Amino acid sequence: MSAGAVDVTYRGVFQKNLAGVITKELVKAARREDKFGGTVARYGDSPERNGIPAKQFAVIASDMASLQVEMTKYEPDNVVVVAVMDDTLAKGIESWAWYGVRPINLNLAPGGTLLVISRQDPAALLKWIPRRPQPWTLAILPGEPSFGGLWVYNDDGTDYRTMGAIARVTDGLVSLESLIAQAAGTRDGGKREQQLREGYEAVQLHQVAAGEGAEDTYVPVQMPDWTQMREGLVVPAVEVGRTNELFMKYTTRTARPLIKFDACVKCQICYTVCPDECFIPTPEGHYDVNYDHCCGCGICAQSCPVSGCIEMVNEAVFDGNEPLHGVYERDPAAYEELRAEKLAKAGGPVPHYGIY
Amino acid sequence: MTTMETRAAGTAAAAAGSEEIITGCDAVAQALRLADVDVLAGYPIRPYDSVMTAVSKMIANGQMDAEFIVAESEHSQFEIGKHASLVGARAFIGSSGVGWMYGMEALVVTSSLRLPVIALVGNRALDDPGAFGVEHNDALMVRDTGWLLYWVESAQEALDTTLLAYRVAEDKRVMLPCALSMDGAFLTHSQHIVQVPGPAPVAEFLPPYDLGDRRFHPDNPVSIAPQFNEDWVMEARRQADAAMRRARGVIAEATADFRRVFGRGPDDPFVDTYRMEDAEYALIGMGTVGLVGKVAVDRMRAAGRRVGFVRVKWFRPFPRPELRALLRGVKGVGIVDRDYSFGSNAHGGVLYTEVAAALYPEPTRPVIVPFIAGLGGREVSVENIEEMTDITEELTARGELDASCQWIGVRGPASDPRYDVERGAR
Repeated sequence: MSAGAVDVTYRGVFQKNLAGVITKELVKAARREDKFGGTVARYGDSPERNGIPAKQFAVIASDMASLQVEMTKYEPDNVVVVAVMDDTLAKGIESWAWYGVRPINLNLAPGGTLLVISRQDPAALLKWIPRRPQPWTLAILPGEPSFGGLWVYNDDGTDYRTMGAIARVTDGLVSLESLIAQAAGTRDGGKREQQLREGYEAVQLHQVAAGEGAEDTYVPVQMPDWTQMREGLVVPAVEVGRTNELFMKYTTRTARPLIKFDACVKCQICYTVCPDECFIPTPEGHYDVNYDHCCGCGICAQSCPVSGCIEMVNEAVFDGNEPLHGVYERDPAAYEELRAEKLAKAGGPVPHYGIY
Repeated sequence: MTTMETRAAGTAAAAAGSEEIITGCDAVAQALRLADVDVLAGYPIRPYDSVMTAVSKMIANGQMDAEFIVAESEHSQFEIGKHASLVGARAFIGSSGVGWMYGMEALVVTSSLRLPVIALVGNRALDDPGAFGVEHNDALMVRDTGWLLYWVESAQEALDTTLLAYRVAEDKRVMLPCALSMDGAFLTHSQHIVQVPGPAPVAEFLPPYDLGDRRFHPDNPVSIAPQFNEDWVMEARRQADAAMRRARGVIAEATADFRRVFGRGPDDPFVDTYRMEDAEYALIGMGTVGLVGKVAVDRMRAAGRRVGFVRVKWFRPFPRPELRALLRGVKGVGIVDRDYSFGSNAHGGVLYTEVAAALYPEPTRPVIVPFIAGLGGREVSVENIEEMTDITEELTARGELDASCQWIGVRGPASDPRYDVERGAR
């Protein structure tokens, strides 16, 4: 009498179909084993924003009663796998319906597995992922994040490779055989079987010890009771010139604007068009970037009239959110070196970023 | 009221007070002038819109200083009232029938933002068919949403209760909007004898509107009504619930103060009771049905029948303690609903359901007979009230504890196979 959940954490809109296919197909495969199941799309994530961290769950239970209890939760309990569809989500996730940035492994059950699609090694990911009091498993499925759209099925095999990896790491929640049998009934069943087996074989498991990983700075927001809340749905406003500390937005980002300050013509367009007021004027008329609140929409890069001045660069090559103009002020040449290094590591800027 | 009469009313009122022959809508307009309302929003629909006419005359004549905004719909009208209230202006809105319905979204956010807007609902049947006559369903549609609801019986009560409503709604312990219901035609368009007070007692009774630290202003940077999720909504509802619970005490306090300041007014803030002292039977209704109800009671009393009438004034908060106390010892109760709630308990109206629920915890309960009468503005006569009393007595004598709803004044047979399909299984 038990239920287990697979949490698929994904980039809103771009990976909604991906998460939807994975969770539903896991449940269908589990039905072949006479288990009970359902999927839960975390309601607060809807309507989704482009790139915002969002979740869908597959709940698989030995019996109907265990399933029913989980189906009335926004986030089911006993998350045995968190499947992360883009490794930059490992920096933390902040749904638009939440308060603050949560660790990617916050709800992982003790002994559970965090499965990340990534080209990075465990040490690099553990720089971002907070430590846990119990040991857990970091599983890496080598690959690039698969981004599509709401109306697009991105048929690149990421869904079935991920399911194959999940079958490997869950030890019995749903078997590879059931997934293959389920896939056999679909179009391109042979290709799907191949992808399931690929994922099953390719996933690399890494045991993470208790206490291993980044510092855990997460502090849950304290919820006031009804006598403590202001009446009439009034909350303090963010003062002019300040930013909302309860909604950072940076975890939405898959690429960040990197500025070549030497090329800047001080036209102020980036400052004007940024929907999140992330450009901070410097005394000499440049614009520094508040990476805490930049959601990576790329409008600045599209709007900048100077070629190569603002470029969108893969978020995975950065740690932290410190503004970079200070580096430039101290030593413009050193800043250019840093910029070149990041661009090289990322394989150049993200082309056509933000153009839909 | 003619322009000349309005001027006369204004001048006389400035001195001490005056007796006027005015409609219920005019009486509300006089109260709005006396309350120095800052922003009035309107959109015309019969029968409430006479108040718009009366107010615009007073503004044009320089007797009243207020912003009067005629919106392009009820939805906008109510939003204007809400936002005016939010920036610290005393606000007034109003409508009737489907107009009230059309602005429903704006109405529910006014109460959830806890803004003490006062509304006049000139009760009117909901379309279709297009009908101007009174039914209470329009105002009742907001009964669950945190609006204080009051049904007046006379133009005098309309004036007095408008002042009382601002006092109660704007009280820091309450901060809820209030809708004043007035029967279409019988009150909105009939002129009654009304004592219009002068400004001095009103100033004493009604303090200025003060929204405190909730006032939306550049000097007070706040965010109002952000998107809430499951983490916050229930606490917000609880706050509204607490406000509605506190409203009872504030209403009692304000009503007593009204009597002190104006030298008149009701003893009981919540219900208007008539000859209930030794009553064996009681009829309960809301609005102008009380006028005929009381006359019918006099007639029946003269014939030796021990009958009383109870008019529910405040429907929200519902006068549960008063009704329980009043009906203790009463053998049979007839509930006169000028509304419908198709498919509800016993197929009765809204008032019936509420009264029956209020009496349920009583150790001995009277026979309760639901009636529906006066829909769509159909007259409810003294004879109708007597007929309802007869039926109530008869069913009480039979010990009918599960009485089916009776329609009074409807053409057609009371019993018919097409109607009694549920007999025995209701």
